[in-house]
Amino acid sequence: MTTASPQDKPRVGLFVTCLVDMMRPSVGFAAVKLLEDAGCRVEVPRAQTCCGQPAYNSGDRPDTQALARQTIAAFEGFDYVVAPSGSCAAMIHEHYPALLAEDPAWAERAKDLAARTHELISFLTDVRGVKAVAARFAGSVTYHDSCSGLRELGVQAQPRALLRSVEGLTLKEMQDSDVCCGFGGTFCVKYPDISNTMVGDKTACIVKTGAGTLLAGDLGCLMNMAGKLQRQGARVEVRHVAEVLAGMIDAPAIGEAAKP
Amino acid sequence: MQSSARSFTENARVAMADPQLKRALSKVKVGFIDKRATAAERLPEFEALRDTARDIKNHTLEHLDLYLERYEETLRAAGGHLHWCATAEDARAAVLEICRRAGAKTVTKGKSMISEEIALNDYLEKNGITPVETDLGEYIIQLRHEPPSHIIAPAVHLTKETIEADFRKIHTQFAEGRSLSEPRDLVDEARQVLRERFLKADVGITGANFLIAETGSSVIVTNEGNGDLTQTLPRIHIVVASLEKVVPTLEDMSAILRVLARSATGQEFSTYTTISTGPRRAEDLDGPDEYHVVLLDNGRSEMLGSEFREVLRCIRCGACMNHCPVYHAIGGHAYGWVYPGPIGSVLTPALIGVEEAGNLPNASTFCGRCESVCPMRIPLPKLMRHWRTREFERHLSPKAVRFGLAFWAFFATRPALYHWVTGLQARIMGALGRRKGRFASLPLAGGWTRHRDFPAPEGRTFQDLWAERQKARGG
Repeated sequence: MTTASPQDKPRVGLFVTCLVDMMRPSVGFAAVKLLEDAGCRVEVPRAQTCCGQPAYNSGDRPDTQALARQTIAAFEGFDYVVAPSGSCAAMIHEHYPALLAEDPAWAERAKDLAARTHELISFLTDVRGVKAVAARFAGSVTYHDSCSGLRELGVQAQPRALLRSVEGLTLKEMQDSDVCCGFGGTFCVKYPDISNTMVGDKTACIVKTGAGTLLAGDLGCLMNMAGKLQRQGARVEVRHVAEVLAGMIDAPAIGEAAKP
Repeated sequence: MQSSARSFTENARVAMADPQLKRALSKVKVGFIDKRATAAERLPEFEALRDTARDIKNHTLEHLDLYLERYEETLRAAGGHLHWCATAEDARAAVLEICRRAGAKTVTKGKSMISEEIALNDYLEKNGITPVETDLGEYIIQLRHEPPSHIIAPAVHLTKETIEADFRKIHTQFAEGRSLSEPRDLVDEARQVLRERFLKADVGITGANFLIAETGSSVIVTNEGNGDLTQTLPRIHIVVASLEKVVPTLEDMSAILRVLARSATGQEFSTYTTISTGPRRAEDLDGPDEYHVVLLDNGRSEMLGSEFREVLRCIRCGACMNHCPVYHAIGGHAYGWVYPGPIGSVLTPALIGVEEAGNLPNASTFCGRCESVCPMRIPLPKLMRHWRTREFERHLSPKAVRFGLAFWAFFATRPALYHWVTGLQARIMGALGRRKGRFASLPLAGGWTRHRDFPAPEGRTFQDLWAERQKARGG
């Protein structure tokens, strides 16, 4: 793959996601590295912002449709569109076609984008056939299955398979790794107390594994769990799975200060 | 039942502060989930059966008028009486009239969610008739004057210690020093009390898991056998059921039964599956003299013609709430009406109005676990989202949410402006949070920071850094 000329390499549009863009660009660069290592040419259209989920899940269809059209237009012509998030990838892959089904000008384009859109880790394994990564990580990790990636896109075995190829890494499975962490986008601010009970149950499972690092594929969930772990004073570092797979763990973990 | 769905948030807060409830709910999380998973695994065709079950109901709903008319014909041919009831009020009145004509003083009842939906017990009591719940869980909550907190395990919010205390307080006919610490003791005592009631009842009321168009039968599945005693011992049997319970044939019922108990309790089959077809015939050993079916619409035919049609496939197994992390956190009573959990979050707004129950479809993370286990493959998150859309369209969602969304969407649909603003925001927040890496409190984010820290952004947006990288590479 690496010997292919640039013209043979698939052209991948990175859907950065609004959270990675604003909060943690490191995840975006880790995604770029993983994609380039997998033989892709990566471009980042500047006409993208957010996939529209905050509006969609609040019942605001007009704004969601506007954002869907904007995203579709921004990613026209790419062989693939890849997001370092199961949630945003599922939004495009699963929901855009239904959202624009009755819009004759956009219905087909929505379906076309949906077919080309993938979550990062499953894209690496299932589309690009990546079986191992060249990364090292000294320590134990536990992995949380974020809901949309897991249930809408079937992302479960893929990240674990790649993590197993990381030299020095031990994977310690937590109980209920497939149970929601209580983030749920606007849910965590609309129903903060319920969300808190849910994330409290989750961090109990995380801490019980004794793993030093928590990984997942969605920054929203990661920020929620990191925030709770830190409030509880738990000594668990929290990172996006792409950072570890790319071997890019120089940035401080989520919610941690830079080491002096 | 009076709804308290409007105070959902407060209900939930109270529920989460109750340590007894937390203990009781921790059993739901483990017991039901493991048993369902084992049962599903042991049946290789389980997933295919879910498709079959879904297709049967879809077909039935597509031709509901036809199958209901057929059901009426076969029911009447078997000697039963059908009472069409458009509203809960009609259904209550129909039941009361049958009881009055029979001069009934006591009615025994099998477990029925429709009876809860139409608040039948209160109504009968007000009219001088004593209803006696005979399902153990229902019996316990009736003693406590509580609504069910789960559709198949109505007393799941209680621990055995609480139930023991209730029995000691109410069953004063038994010796004070008796042992009641084991579940077995509680069951035996309830059985002893209920046996007398069964024999004295004038009318027996049950629900129905299925109505069979082909034969005019009603079908109940139970684990305690109380349903059978309820419907065979008294002179009159009344079935209260909603119209979407109808399926074309016994064969169709059997297909759905194969996913019902497995999804509900992890059993291959419930202990009792009882098919009732009309009153006692001359050659029958037992059975009632009169057999009535009170068939309730209560807004369902309207749902049939709406985007909520799929919820009418529900067979009330409870798997959605058994697997719901929100239900695990708050229990069933916090939902404030008859149907809790994900199914309630879709059904309740349809039955009592989205103005009253608007919180319910919002209080979900859309984690999708309910849909992943629903034997009838009801897309519960999608249907909850439909309610949110209706609320938004009718301007029922909170002003702060609407304003916030409009503000955010203004920027999000203008990429150049958006990148400029987020770039600035990332720099400011990054600088403010650099020392600790996180914020313990943030203006406008109290909901988040009340319980958790908020991670500081790294300081630059990806878009800005990417643009710099491309430039440096001579792009």
